[in-house]
Amino acid sequence: MDRAGRPNQLFRNLNAKIASIPMVLTAVVIFTGATLWTVVYSFTNSRLLPRLEFVGFDQYERLWSSSRWIVSIQNIMIYGTLSLTFSLVIGFVLAAFLDQKVRFENTFRTIFLYPFALSFIVTGLVWQWILNPEFGIQSVVRSWGWENFVFDPLYNQSLVLYGLLIAGLWQGTGLVMCLMLAGLRGIDEEIWKASRVDGIPVWKTYLFIIIPMMRPVFITTLVLIASGIVRLYDLVVAQTSGGPGIASEVPAKYVYDSLFLRQNLAQGFAGSTMMLLTVLIVLIPWAYLEFGGKKRD
Amino acid sequence: MKKFAVAATFAAALMGTTAIHATELEVTHWWTSGGEAAAVAEFARAFEEAGYTWIDGAIAGGGGTARPVMISRITGGDPMGATQFNHGRQAEELVEAGLMLDLTEVAEAEGWRDFIHPTSLLDSCTLDGRIYCVPVNIHSWQWLWLSHKAFEDAGVPVPTNWDEFAAAAPALEAAGKIPLAMGNQPWQSSGAFGVLAIAIAGSEAWEAVNIDKNADVAGGEEYARVFEAAAAAREFRKNSNVQDWNQATNMVITGQAGGQIMGDWAQGEFQVAGQVAGEDYSCLPGLGVNEIISTGGDAFYFPKLNDPEKEAAQLALASLMVSPEVQVAFNLKKGSLPIRGDVDLEAANDCMKKGLEILAGGNILPDGNQTLSPDTQGQIEDLMTEFWSSDSISAEDAQRRYAAIIAQAD
Repeated sequence: MDRAGRPNQLFRNLNAKIASIPMVLTAVVIFTGATLWTVVYSFTNSRLLPRLEFVGFDQYERLWSSSRWIVSIQNIMIYGTLSLTFSLVIGFVLAAFLDQKVRFENTFRTIFLYPFALSFIVTGLVWQWILNPEFGIQSVVRSWGWENFVFDPLYNQSLVLYGLLIAGLWQGTGLVMCLMLAGLRGIDEEIWKASRVDGIPVWKTYLFIIIPMMRPVFITTLVLIASGIVRLYDLVVAQTSGGPGIASEVPAKYVYDSLFLRQNLAQGFAGSTMMLLTVLIVLIPWAYLEFGGKKRD
Repeated sequence: MKKFAVAATFAAALMGTTAIHATELEVTHWWTSGGEAAAVAEFARAFEEAGYTWIDGAIAGGGGTARPVMISRITGGDPMGATQFNHGRQAEELVEAGLMLDLTEVAEAEGWRDFIHPTSLLDSCTLDGRIYCVPVNIHSWQWLWLSHKAFEDAGVPVPTNWDEFAAAAPALEAAGKIPLAMGNQPWQSSGAFGVLAIAIAGSEAWEAVNIDKNADVAGGEEYARVFEAAAAAREFRKNSNVQDWNQATNMVITGQAGGQIMGDWAQGEFQVAGQVAGEDYSCLPGLGVNEIISTGGDAFYFPKLNDPEKEAAQLALASLMVSPEVQVAFNLKKGSLPIRGDVDLEAANDCMKKGLEILAGGNILPDGNQTLSPDTQGQIEDLMTEFWSSDSISAEDAQRRYAAIIAQAD
């Protein structure tokens, strides 16, 4: 290796490197820096204004002894599992139907995707009205003659999560469907022909050939849905404000309330650190499997 | 002359920043309902008549939405000229951090301490002997509003205290009424609990818990009775599926519900509905058991602006807000009690007069906002929301958790 070779390594693609400096700085200073700052201050007793008086794990003890936080965690787990499963299944099934060369495909696609154009606040309010027993589905069905019909998920502690789920799915599946449809279109027509020649039933072709081939699309979708679940907040605020009681509280709402309403920064930071930790616990093993170990071909 | 004034105003407006004759002050608050907006307009009118310009910064959505906005503007270096908070500890740390204007000189020159009644209002504006806010009104929580129609329909006399109310509840239920209307928002259940606590445990126990943060009293005998009463009230409110307090009040107005525990701001709703106190509805201060009212309410704070001209305007606004004329005009529109013991509210209705009498008699306690930090209040709210909305927590469990919160309170 000659002496001129070394700097070449550093200065290769110099323009690209210079161009990426702002983003690198943003990532390091803003994302990493602010995250570290949050974690550090979660060990203090900061109230309205941040101050460095360390109190050890007090905030975390209080966090995990708060029944509202525990309920929030349970809720996000249930909501997350169901939302992930249903949006993938429904999204894929809708896409598979649209892929059968149906007429007016564009129209259907627009209709399904349309809810995604709305903000969660609007979705939440719309579904709050639809599910309201006084004006919504319940009153409509009652006016048709079924006087004792009861459908008020938002006022029932054990059903309220499903009320949120309906709204979440209504908004989110359209996007999943579009991604899946794009994935399906990317599958070579020859594969379908080959499976038909071999006499493999259509559902088996989907399940064992097409879906494994669509792995990258599934991963993209998974990341999108999962990030949506973790930051679930506005839908809850618009639809139930955490009620009835604390039955539909979510972690992000706990963090927001602590930070801004209760003037307890450190408690909010402890909550957000726990959220980050949960995400990392899921993300790190996955990333290790995906990118580390032996290289896939 | 008038034409000239108009022309001058236009000219000043056209010239914009160059000719600031009337100092502008932005005032943020969360008074957006009809009566509230009318009340705040009285401040604006008085301020403009004094030759300044009031820029209204109303933030819709209630205190819970507005306070974070206000606080982040002040801490983020974009302070407004004046801002509303509730009396008490909501702005405590902002004052400690030196972000608020010291009003002590005006207060001493005008003798605020002599006419502001009760003086606890001024005490909660005071830090280390300096005054940082202007109390503008008194709101009290301790009221039970009763619908005469509901009790007539159920065939029982209108109760005169909480025990009679509890005894009448089965009759109301039998007549298809909801005995106690209560919205599902957290602050409502938490507030109702506070009212029950003062009425049933008495003011001494309440002070021990809320002022001295005595966890033994919070876990003790008197509070056990409060939690039992609350557990009973939880049954009474079971079918009130409404969110907002005014929807719950509306159930009382229409006779669908027997009563509601709500602060004196509910009075405005009865007035708007054309109801007459004593004929269509009754109000029982202190639930008819302990005629005591708490003296919470609103206060204005003035963030430091480092601009002598604006500072002068801020001080002028502060002294206007406590002046007798403005106090009367404002509080009549707002339906709240004035902070001065020396003004006359002739136009007040029956319920308001009851409140004024109790106030004059000195049967008063500070408000929870004055004694507990927002953090502790939030924890109590969480507990109360959980407790009031489901039977899964027994009165004993709730009391144990309540005592634990009080033990940690600061």
